[in-house]
Amino acid sequence: MVDREHLLTSQQMATFVAAGYLRFDALVPDEINRAAMREMETGIRGAPAGTPLAQAYPATSTIGRILDLPEIQGIITSLVGPGPLFDHHAIHVRQADEDKAQALHADAIIDTRVPSFDIQLMYYPHDVPLEMGGTLVVPGSHLRRINESDIGRYQNLRGQVPMVCKAGTMLALHHGIWHCGRQNKTDRIRYMFKIRLNPVVRQVRLWNTDDLDSPEVSRQLGKGFPWYEAASGRLEIVNRSKLWRYLTGDDTFDTGYWLTRLENVPSTLYRT
Amino acid sequence: MVSKQRQQVLMLYLSNSALDSSVIGWSLYDGAGRDAHTTGDSDTPPYATGLDALKDGWRLLQMSQMIPPYPGDEYGTSFLKHECIFERLESIDG
Repeated sequence: MVDREHLLTSQQMATFVAAGYLRFDALVPDEINRAAMREMETGIRGAPAGTPLAQAYPATSTIGRILDLPEIQGIITSLVGPGPLFDHHAIHVRQADEDKAQALHADAIIDTRVPSFDIQLMYYPHDVPLEMGGTLVVPGSHLRRINESDIGRYQNLRGQVPMVCKAGTMLALHHGIWHCGRQNKTDRIRYMFKIRLNPVVRQVRLWNTDDLDSPEVSRQLGKGFPWYEAASGRLEIVNRSKLWRYLTGDDTFDTGYWLTRLENVPSTLYRT
Repeated sequence: MVSKQRQQVLMLYLSNSALDSSVIGWSLYDGAGRDAHTTGDSDTPPYATGLDALKDGWRLLQMSQMIPPYPGDEYGTSFLKHECIFERLESIDG
């Protein structure tokens, strides 16, 4: 059971629903980061896909210790609930002076599940300055249905976010987020550890909902991003609102008046 | 010395279907081999609008067709909708 203080807030969840990710800077202590670096250099053993996460790593392993941090448990529980399944993990390495970035992509294959979602955690065990690249994330791209690297021709989008961060930073991402590994212009190897988790429960009100009525929730859900087309950007807000309805169990929720207007189909027959 | 020409291709993604609308995304491929562009290498678009690219000498090759939403998927979002592909010929020695 995760302490309520470590669960995400409604404002954080709304940010996740709008942007498709949350970042937690320098969350993992340096002592663990150093141990993780050593393990990444030699390889980290995973588990078969579908293994309960709690059984995927020995508690004494570095990744096991990271996943057991109360803050990480709070993030996982808030987004995919208790007892998630291990999907897979990967150690991503960008070699020194690697001047070609990955093609922009979303992981796995096109995912038509609505509205449940997997999450991925990306963990950065060392500092990542801009010249080292970092993962490139496209905020608000997670609800766009594309198949893996079919979007590879998009080199740059307004408002894209290069993950420049301190050691111990953790990203929690919706499975659909567009991202790639940027080029590494330094003479050092860049490491990143990624793990994907599947929910086993309905993702309804799993976080600390004390601030559910905060105006910041609607503000986050109505937020645009610089790369959105004028018209499709409005559809993004509609799709987020539908996801928020699922997450909260509130079928009347709306951001602005977008869904409510569409749902107004009067049945009253007017006679003079 | 014989002068040859190579194609540079510029892709601009616009905010709506008008060529003079704002650039929201961009890609550049240089057949002349002078520059190598890759994902996430720039935060600033080369032009503010598609029209600005024309004014700078780029030739428009293609714009996205305007395809109506598929019935039942009117609220779905996917690829960027307003893609414009331009070319410019660059001389190389050889």
